[in-house]
Amino acid sequence: MSNYIIGEILNGILETAIMTIFSSLFAYIIGLPVGVLLYATSKGRLLENSKINLILGAVVNIMRSLPFLILLVLLIPVTRFITGSSIGTTATIVPLTVGAAPIVARMVESSLCEVSPGIIEAARSMGASPLYTIIHFIIPEATPSLLQGGAINVATILGYSAMAGVIGGGGLGAIAMNYGYYRYQKAVLWTTVALLVVMVMVIQGSGTLLAKKKRKT
Amino acid sequence: MGNIFELEHITKIYRNDGREFKALNDVSLEVCEGEIFGIIGMSGAGKSTLVRTLNRLEEVTEGVVRFRGKDLASLSDRDLRFERRSISMIFQGFNLLNQRTVLSNVEQPLRIAGVKGPERKAKAREMLEVVGLLEKENEYPSRLSGGQKQRVAIARALASEPSVLLCDEATSALDPRMTGEILDLLKKINEERRLTIVIITHEMSVVEKICDRVAIIDEGELAEIGDVKEVFSDPKSRAAKKLVFPSNPFDPSDPDGRLIRIVFDGTKSDEPFIANLVEQTGLKVNIISANTKSVGGIGYGQMIVELPKSPEDSKKVIDFFRSGGLKVTEVGSYE
Repeated sequence: MSNYIIGEILNGILETAIMTIFSSLFAYIIGLPVGVLLYATSKGRLLENSKINLILGAVVNIMRSLPFLILLVLLIPVTRFITGSSIGTTATIVPLTVGAAPIVARMVESSLCEVSPGIIEAARSMGASPLYTIIHFIIPEATPSLLQGGAINVATILGYSAMAGVIGGGGLGAIAMNYGYYRYQKAVLWTTVALLVVMVMVIQGSGTLLAKKKRKT
Repeated sequence: MGNIFELEHITKIYRNDGREFKALNDVSLEVCEGEIFGIIGMSGAGKSTLVRTLNRLEEVTEGVVRFRGKDLASLSDRDLRFERRSISMIFQGFNLLNQRTVLSNVEQPLRIAGVKGPERKAKAREMLEVVGLLEKENEYPSRLSGGQKQRVAIARALASEPSVLLCDEATSALDPRMTGEILDLLKKINEERRLTIVIITHEMSVVEKICDRVAIIDEGELAEIGDVKEVFSDPKSRAAKKLVFPSNPFDPSDPDGRLIRIVFDGTKSDEPFIANLVEQTGLKVNIISANTKSVGGIGYGQMIVELPKSPEDSKKVIDFFRSGGLKVTEVGSYE
């Protein structure tokens, strides 16, 4: 491999990292509150509200059932509107966020569901408001599970970011497409694949470790 | 002393898929200030539902629950949350936050009440001192034994300076020794802090050990209520008899033999009445089983004896015990 390619790959690692980090961040900024709402408004929960739950659930399900590659194409006008361009690293963050947020929301919801109803009953008996119960009882109790889910989500986003390379996104995915696929440079293809695998392993490993350290039971 | 809780004609109906289930049926009772009030019943009798109407974790379908004169159903959510700080609760499953330290758990109700940092920590430590677990303040609940967890829960319950403590099967998950420790602690808190305690349990021994008054709940209805001493020495309802006199595991030596149960309260427990029977009437009875227990420091007991074969002798024996002031019932009939 030429020095040029090596430089490109190093740059690709950085771009992939940036896309993954920012998309994860934005996906959680949207997905976490949505997940909490999905949880809290469902039947028998603190803020039971079947209307909100139904609407939110439907939106999340529709978004989640769209294949990511289709979402990428569909979102091109939106991406252009927000970032001024539809190609490159920054532009990819928009569809990545939109694609990942509903997955995050469902993951958060399922983590919160694991919290024992007894904890919630104890909070109510102490005179805690629903919001206080969610922030100070349910989320702290669900933290290890949220972290575990977080690792899975970030790894998924990393995988999606590579897919964005197909339609002009940046990062390792784009390099794999441009050099490995279109120009038959097998070495480049396998190198990027190996790097992606390592990155996923690092994310999953550190997430699991963090969750384990946090878990006190 | 005044009543802290007044329940008038409480009925609770659960509706599920169009089917109705009556968990409580027209229950009326009062809990007096400063007492330890037991609510006992078999599982599924409705006692857990009953205790949850006291802090409105369960809404009643009909009837009124008054706490210190206030109708709980009339309170807004905000006012209800405020009142709940005076009605603490502990649970069978402890319900501690596993991801928080012992100290942080005890701080929780104070945090809800808006007590600031240093004052909150000091108060939480004071409560841990009361339950004797100050040295565990930085541990996580998973490192504690069941009894210790329940003591942390008690410290947490006391932190908001409540006027009532509701205990929902608080000792049911504990072994007998730990149960004893927790009950002693509750008794101590009741005496030292003048805290009213309501205890839900299915174990008669818990009521015997610390309760002043007891209500017996059977299939959602209040079967009997009164001083523990009275209910123990003279249970009137079928449910109470079942709880006080567990079914007799022994059979008479003769298939046609009659068994009677003699119940004696504190005043009669130191008389050698079997010896007196033999001395005065010359008749003999076969003792099948005997059991005495201390309720609030006074000995209560029951003895099951097999009567002599002839009906006349049997009658003489029964009359002898009755004239001595003992309660006699035929075994096998709870009525």
